[in-house]
Amino acid sequence: MAVEVPSLPRTLPAWGLLRRTGAAALEYAPALVLLVALVGLWELMVQVLDTRPYILPAPSAIWDVFAEKGHLFPAHIRTTAVEAIAGIGAAAAGGVILAVLIASIPIVRRVLYPIAVTSQTIPMIVLAPLLVVWLGLGIEPKVTVVGLVCFFPIVVSTVDGLASADREMVALVRSMGASRLEVLRHVLIPSAVPSFFAGLKIAAAYAVIGAIFGEWVGAQSGLGIFIIRSRSAYQTDQIFAAIVVVALLSIALFVAVHLLARVASPWKYANDQGENGS
Amino acid sequence: MSEAAVAIRGLRHTYPGTRPVEVLDGVDLEAAPGAFVSLVGPSGCGKSTLLQVLAGLLAPDAGEALIEGRSTIGEPGLAAYMPQKDLLLPWRKAIGNAVLGAEIAGEPKAEARRHALDLFERFGLAGFEESWPSQLSGGMRQRLALLRTFLVPRHVLLLDEPFGALDAITRREMHQWLQEVWASDARTVLFVTHDVEEALILSDVAYVMTPRPARMAARFEVNYPRPRRPEIVTDPKFVADKARLLAALDGTSPE
Repeated sequence: MAVEVPSLPRTLPAWGLLRRTGAAALEYAPALVLLVALVGLWELMVQVLDTRPYILPAPSAIWDVFAEKGHLFPAHIRTTAVEAIAGIGAAAAGGVILAVLIASIPIVRRVLYPIAVTSQTIPMIVLAPLLVVWLGLGIEPKVTVVGLVCFFPIVVSTVDGLASADREMVALVRSMGASRLEVLRHVLIPSAVPSFFAGLKIAAAYAVIGAIFGEWVGAQSGLGIFIIRSRSAYQTDQIFAAIVVVALLSIALFVAVHLLARVASPWKYANDQGENGS
Repeated sequence: MSEAAVAIRGLRHTYPGTRPVEVLDGVDLEAAPGAFVSLVGPSGCGKSTLLQVLAGLLAPDAGEALIEGRSTIGEPGLAAYMPQKDLLLPWRKAIGNAVLGAEIAGEPKAEARRHALDLFERFGLAGFEESWPSQLSGGMRQRLALLRTFLVPRHVLLLDEPFGALDAITRREMHQWLQEVWASDARTVLFVTHDVEEALILSDVAYVMTPRPARMAARFEVNYPRPRRPEIVTDPKFVADKARLLAALDGTSPE
């Protein structure tokens, strides 16, 4: 098997890109068809049953919100996005440091792991108002809620990743005279990169919801407070429009993390890119 | 006086557990500076354990293991060690893997890189400097692991069945090529194998180990002139030596 055949590009990069895009479109086509069908059914039901708009607005009414009041959204989106990104960033930084400590110092693992698990049992609905009391009505309590929601999946995945490093690789690097810190840098941390990003993806899915939750208790701007105000005014169409925006924002964050993972671990994608290998 | 590059005296080790496995039962070995010394033994006889002790990764129950007069027990980093698997770091390109040992030994990065790039050609890896390990063939991965080992700035190389996973043809090429590289380098090599022919082609001295728990069954001086061509395997003297080595391996020899 070990014949010296270099891995040659199988196809041209441009063709590969085209093929991949096509394959992706084909992959998501059924989901898209289902979504369009459901939205169509919803529109039909609302029209036929003549449902009052403050109970359930038709998709076309939600669309009108974007057409007529679209200018309201950018400021709210910016607020919520900043909260979500700041929170997930803080959670990633803190989570990685905590994971490294947990994975490399047994006493830290025994002391902090149970506390980290316990922290997840505190209902956010109880904590959020308290955070406002402690931290005020600014961005701080929102970022804290997002951070608390996001840090747990990041810590758990990263600890798993660090622990799953190849022991023989660790031994090899130690045989070169590497210190514990060098073993961490050259083997353990790179091994944990894919797991870290798996955790970060879960966190990304929670981050926007966390920010909305933080705004629920009180805020000047943001999609959460926009939803609350719309509810008070019985503008259900605005609530639904906001839900669409929240979903899109979450998906955008998730995709961003996915792309970041690709950039951060190029070796994982070296073979399915149809390039390199010269 | 010229001190032995590698010296092992009375090495004993048992892997603990519910069924303890006694692997080394008083092993002695010596390698002169610059010598190519092979360690031949049946599979699972403790050859790898021996190298792990010399690499400073395993503390034996008893005995001494010295590299250039310094004990390796609890002291990794005295020799350049190449395990059976190539263990290339998947997140480093070929060049990054090649310089890993040199980098950890504290060589300036740019210098280590330059030094490594000079050797890529010689190790049959020219043009693959920026490839990921997953893009290399088995033989290339093995050569890259060997290059990484050569670039560790130590006088003693510990090679654990470096060609074990390769097919016969690739392996024969590697033998020729390893001889060239070693001849230009003048370092001590301790080479573990279970292939008698491989040991005779490459070595100055071949040790034969008994099955587990291992002791040294025999020590052979191999004096064929160098460089040794692949055809040497059909030479009558080679064939006779091979028979003697095999006999020692099978335990039929009284020595």
